[in-house]
Amino acid sequence: MSANLSALFYLISGILFILALRGLSSPETSRQGNYFGIAGMIIAIIITFLSVGNFGLGFIYVLVFLLIGGSVGAFIAFRIPMTAMPELVAGFHSLVGLAAVFVAISAFLKPEAFNLGIVGNIKLASLIEMSLGAAIGAITFSGSIIAFLKLRGIMSGAPITFKGQHLINLILGLGIIFLIYYLCSYQSSNIFWSIVIISFLVGVLLIIPIGGADMPVVISMLNSYSGWAAAGIGFTLENTALIITGALVGSSGAILSYIMCKGMNRSFFNVILGGWGATDQSSSSDSKEKKPVKSGNADDAAFLMKNASSVIIVPGYGMAVAQAQHALREMVDSLKKNGVKVSYAIHPVAGRMPGHMNVLLAEANVPYDEVFELEEINNDFANCDVAYVIGANDVTNPIAKTDPQSPIFGMPILDVEKSKSVLFVKRSLSPGYAGIDNDLFYRDNTLMLFADAKKMTEEIVKSL
Amino acid sequence: MEIDPFIFRLSIFILSIFVGYYVVWSVTPSLHTPLMSVTNAISSVIIVGAIIAALAGSSEDIFETSNIFGFFAIILAAVNIFGGFLVTQRMLQMYKKKKK
Repeated sequence: MSANLSALFYLISGILFILALRGLSSPETSRQGNYFGIAGMIIAIIITFLSVGNFGLGFIYVLVFLLIGGSVGAFIAFRIPMTAMPELVAGFHSLVGLAAVFVAISAFLKPEAFNLGIVGNIKLASLIEMSLGAAIGAITFSGSIIAFLKLRGIMSGAPITFKGQHLINLILGLGIIFLIYYLCSYQSSNIFWSIVIISFLVGVLLIIPIGGADMPVVISMLNSYSGWAAAGIGFTLENTALIITGALVGSSGAILSYIMCKGMNRSFFNVILGGWGATDQSSSSDSKEKKPVKSGNADDAAFLMKNASSVIIVPGYGMAVAQAQHALREMVDSLKKNGVKVSYAIHPVAGRMPGHMNVLLAEANVPYDEVFELEEINNDFANCDVAYVIGANDVTNPIAKTDPQSPIFGMPILDVEKSKSVLFVKRSLSPGYAGIDNDLFYRDNTLMLFADAKKMTEEIVKSL
Repeated sequence: MEIDPFIFRLSIFILSIFVGYYVVWSVTPSLHTPLMSVTNAISSVIIVGAIIAALAGSSEDIFETSNIFGFFAIILAAVNIFGGFLVTQRMLQMYKKKKK
């Protein structure tokens, strides 16, 4: 197949990928979008086979490996519970990163197969592109592994910090650039391997200081990196589909990181350099004088909600941990039977990845038009009778509006306190991730329901 | 003077960043998780490079080091392609409208 023709087909597959993302602008068009994506991928793979034109023994092996990987992927996709989505995505990012590293290594070892020159005399531009692709890929790989371990709970979510951490990262980062420069003049494979190894190290060091609740930013950031790595390889291979995709994915991840940072009113660098979890743990320990707290049981909660005319549900990470989404939907069903108007309010950073709560609610068959984003619903709290906060904390803390000293000052919050009464499902009074007390717990119109989110919700269903 | 083809690729790259910027801002926040899984799936188009790497060289020596890296990359990318698209599909199936 001629190079020009295949380039045109790669362009088509790039366009199909754009349409795949475009479809996600609404749930109705999203499924069609996904088919566009699949079509783009099939075109890209077939065109690659045709343009390589080697249908010998190697081709059979390629198909076999493709099927092995494919069945593993399909198996994971069908078996994974929705609550494990964040770690799945982190795991998948690591694979893209590692694949980019492998392709770059292969191109370095055998440049003639990719039309990049010969060993020891690779084109300058290709050398830069492939080493950048390898470096970013390696950072994506090891960083995503750490994110995966943290999300999975294998590694503690607490930030790991040590003196001079940022300086070391800076030195290593500059070291990579320096080595790429040397690689260009000497083309030595030792330098190339050093770049890869140092980048693996940077990925680890970059993610360990970031705390559990900052994971939405980290996942989005690694998403972005995996895109840039793909783009780097795309430049090396002079492949349009890969360049377009890399740019799309790179900018998509960057936008998501931005949205997440804005949801916490923090700058990107503040998150990356290790934020609250590292510096503000002290504030949680200065115990305040015991303030009176009203606590209730499932019957109280059921009574309150049954007699309300409108209820807003505020889910958070705690709901995901307790897997309470199905019980929650049952509760809402019985409320609706009693003529109560129910809607859901989702904070941008609720959960461990962008859109985490929405997927869980969708899994529990909650129609997506009952689920609202912060800006859409925040004014409705003033007219609502009961706010049912399940597994969320910091995102409802009014201190973000009132106390400029607070670490979360300026963070947009759900105005839960404006509703007539607030039900807080929580296991204890312990502060949330930001390490600050939530003033809401002590208000007159707040009723604390001390229990596991799922158990409490199930009990409420029973007494309804 | 002739324009280096690299400049064309760079133009495609930069324009795609802009396209990505506008397309992603129009994605509804409730679909941000499927957005991540589908971007993950499409970035596995890196399999193109993996296939070239795996099939490089003569057909007798299909297991040189560079080929082996290619084969590994194919497995990794394939996990991602199938896993990514299927899990996205599974998620998108769950988004339903209120029954009227």
